[in-house]
Amino acid sequence: MSVHDFYVISPYLAMAGAAVLVILLDLVLPKKGLLPYFSFAVLAGPFIMTLIQFYDLGGAANLLRGADAFTTEDPSILLGAISVDRFALFFNFLIIGTVALVVLASTDYVRNMERFQGEYFALILFAATGMMLLAAATELITIYVSLELTTLPLAALTAFLLNRNSSEAGMKFLIISAISSALMLYGMALVFGFTGSTQLADISIAIGQATGDTPFGNYALFVGIVLMIAGFGFKLSAAPFQMWVPDVYEGGPTPVVAFLSVASKAAAFAVVLRVLFTGFFDVALDWGILIAGLAAASMIIGNLVAISQSNIRRLFGYSTISHAGYILVGVAAGVKSGDGIFKAPEFAAIGPDSVLFYLAAYAAANLTAFFAITIISSKISSDQISDYAGLSTRNPLLAGVLALSLLALVGVPPTGIFIAKLYIFTAAVDSGLIWLAILGVINSAVSAYYYVRIIRVMFTEPATSEVKISGSPAPWLALGLAGAAMVFMGIAPGFVMEAAQEAVRALAV
Amino acid sequence: MVEGYNGLLTATVFLPVVGALVLLLVVKGDRNVRNFAVLIALGDLVLSLLVFGLFDRGDGADRFQFVDHITWIPDVGLNADFLLTVDGLNTPLVALTGLLGMCAVLASWHIGFRVKEYFIWLLVLQTAVMGVFTSMDLLLFFLFWELELIPMFMLISVWGSGRKEYSAMKFLIFTILGSAFMLVGIVAVFLAPGVGTFNMVALSTEATMLTSAGLLIPLSGLFWLFFVGFAIKLPTWPFHTWLPDAHTDAPTAASVMLAGVLLKMGGYGLLRINVGMFPSQTDRFAWALVVLGVVSVLYGAVVTMRQTDLKRLIAYSSISHMGLVLVGIGSVGIAQGTLTVTGLNGAAMQLFTHGTVTGLLFLAVGLVYDRTHTRYIPDLGGLAGRMPVVAVAMLIAGLASLGLPGLSGFVSELLVFLGAFRAYDWPTVLALLGIVLAAGYILWMMERTFFGVRRPAFDDLTDASLVEAAPLVLMVVTIIGVGVWPALLTDVFESGLNPMVDVLNGVINR
Repeated sequence: MSVHDFYVISPYLAMAGAAVLVILLDLVLPKKGLLPYFSFAVLAGPFIMTLIQFYDLGGAANLLRGADAFTTEDPSILLGAISVDRFALFFNFLIIGTVALVVLASTDYVRNMERFQGEYFALILFAATGMMLLAAATELITIYVSLELTTLPLAALTAFLLNRNSSEAGMKFLIISAISSALMLYGMALVFGFTGSTQLADISIAIGQATGDTPFGNYALFVGIVLMIAGFGFKLSAAPFQMWVPDVYEGGPTPVVAFLSVASKAAAFAVVLRVLFTGFFDVALDWGILIAGLAAASMIIGNLVAISQSNIRRLFGYSTISHAGYILVGVAAGVKSGDGIFKAPEFAAIGPDSVLFYLAAYAAANLTAFFAITIISSKISSDQISDYAGLSTRNPLLAGVLALSLLALVGVPPTGIFIAKLYIFTAAVDSGLIWLAILGVINSAVSAYYYVRIIRVMFTEPATSEVKISGSPAPWLALGLAGAAMVFMGIAPGFVMEAAQEAVRALAV
Repeated sequence: MVEGYNGLLTATVFLPVVGALVLLLVVKGDRNVRNFAVLIALGDLVLSLLVFGLFDRGDGADRFQFVDHITWIPDVGLNADFLLTVDGLNTPLVALTGLLGMCAVLASWHIGFRVKEYFIWLLVLQTAVMGVFTSMDLLLFFLFWELELIPMFMLISVWGSGRKEYSAMKFLIFTILGSAFMLVGIVAVFLAPGVGTFNMVALSTEATMLTSAGLLIPLSGLFWLFFVGFAIKLPTWPFHTWLPDAHTDAPTAASVMLAGVLLKMGGYGLLRINVGMFPSQTDRFAWALVVLGVVSVLYGAVVTMRQTDLKRLIAYSSISHMGLVLVGIGSVGIAQGTLTVTGLNGAAMQLFTHGTVTGLLFLAVGLVYDRTHTRYIPDLGGLAGRMPVVAVAMLIAGLASLGLPGLSGFVSELLVFLGAFRAYDWPTVLALLGIVLAAGYILWMMERTFFGVRRPAFDDLTDASLVEAAPLVLMVVTIIGVGVWPALLTDVFESGLNPMVDVLNGVINR
């Protein structure tokens, strides 16, 4: 490996290094209270490296190979395992930002696990390393390894509270992840068997040459790709692979759930976009239908089941399933059927653009909601929605911010998700998926019911206790930053939108 | 054509929300909160009257004035403008919003529960409605349209009475469902070949208007998508069921805003978007609008007769009166000849007069309820002797509502019937029956509530105080003013509607 190769993977090294540093420091630091701030500070490493690479990239498509992206004969020492391009960097920023906020928001929360604070933060940073790698991986084995690097720390984090619910959630998460990994691995093996390569670029060429009347060109690919999509479906928390979500959301530590619902989902979508659009694009019309079906199922199941939830975290579990559905609409909208006789698929950049924008907007809104819930639940020690009664009198600002984030999740302007939903449905209509857009819009209207119900409880029902709710400055700072990002993306969406478009340009082969 | 940055409309739209922010962060103490809210509402009233007064009605004047135009979302995927501007159609509605916003704040003087929060929501509501009436970019329009939901929901569900939470949720679900249809329409318009913009000025100009070529959803489909969104808001039969509940359980000020300006958003949307952007479809479906309008007028009137709750009564009468807006728009359906502006002008006038009349009715009913603690008509009676000011205000509003000449209701109803009769004679005559019924239920309600024998329990009621009387007087002056000098409004409305009529004439005689 040359020095340049080290430079290329420096953000990932820096993130992993930060995790190791946190563990080391945990051994020697007498005051554990400083750990969160230290974990926050070491994020500067990966962030600065990402920033440098961002400017270094300039007009080039890929740092590793210069201007010509995806030339397979390139004798790269990294064996074409990763591609550091705008797409990867977009997710680096998103994931690092999320981690920073989650770490800040955890400061109060970790007080009650005195012994394991160092492990808690280190595991988060390790998981983040895996997520960042996922967004850059262009080779099946790298994808698999990154996925495991993401999953195992998350499973440990889910079980971190060491009580019955949390352990059960961690166990479920671990087992379901193992099953989905197995499915995916089997799919990858089939794809490798047919195409003779694990490189997405080579796979794309091999698939392009396959000619058959069966869906996906031939049955080995058919089964292989479907299994891979099923495996990804678990990570995306898309229906019908959603059954682990509510339990994990109910049992896991709140900041971890926030992290899981935002960063893990973003990374999963990154790898799905990368695999589908650069690897399997020639059979895009076939998987497009599958993805559209998953999107419809996720939206409907997520929203309908959420209506009857009484535990706020379970409700958010179903809500996240429905949002996975909305985002999948954007993925499906990335393909248009062409005009020619052969109906070759055409790349519609607006689809992936809207996915990236949605992920950023969703991250801001969902983090805001979860940080508010973290502050609240640490005071009232309950997750029942009915215990949120009268919150507006116990802490008006907190109730207001939570209400705003709930409205954002409905997709009410002026918040980022409104623009994001508009963007995604526009993409769907543009790609001829009008039915999916209409289904999405109706689902958004339905979702208003259960989100607004929480607002109603907070603002209209009498408080059960007069005790004021307050938090320390760090979680409030995290809450404020996430909330500001949420509103900013609704009022001035141009900045993130342009970044998303730049990023997606790296996907187009 | 519509460039530059004047700033007056931006100030009019955002003054209330800035005021709400200051209220949230700075002002302390219920007394100060009230005074500050009145100050902001007064400021916004002055600004909106400035817009109305300074609007150039001359023949050579620009159609769109007070343009505030900057790029909002640059040309990346979604290409939206921040574009606030008014023409003759929305200028009076801006003034109406300023007027009713002021009345709503004054009518909330007695609110003693979570005062600060209450006025914050009221001011945010005013910004949202102002925004709807002035945005000429579909995305911005939609943004304000949705923004209005939250404050209204909170006002009903926290400060309301009766089944307030049920009613608030019903209001929310109906409106969100309606706007969902509208959103699909907006997206489809944006994606139509050669459009790629949300600019409503461009979309309602004949040269750059949407054509049927290459659309994803046919023009007629788009027309109905928008129609459903606006019809729920208006509301027209059969989408009206949320309104009586919302009105009955809302606090007085929210009722005033709901009936006075929120319903007008539906009528405004129909005129601005359905008529303005889809003239050929309006011509094609005018008959359907008239049918829905006539059904609303008659159904609303008949159901009103049976009401025993004062607020419910006014709510149903609103449905009846809003039906006239649809009848007025139906004047577009003339088979041949030249369409005149009369019917559309009537529809627009009806929006304004109904806003003032119903606003006044709700204000008066609010006072009655405040004193007697009942809205059940059989329990009331003889209140005029103890509350003469309220009784006179109610009487004037009631008479305007049934179309007494010299009051504003007469002008708008006359214009609607004159315009619509040329297109659909029998349906118009049927709609006229609604006015006869209105005379019935208004006078009957007056008689049972304010006249007749007073119950002993009401002997020591007090009349409206100075603060309470102020909005009544404001409204009465407006109603009589418009009734005596209708040209004050009709001229302005005409200047906005004439370009639409020109386009429509081209469509009708093609």
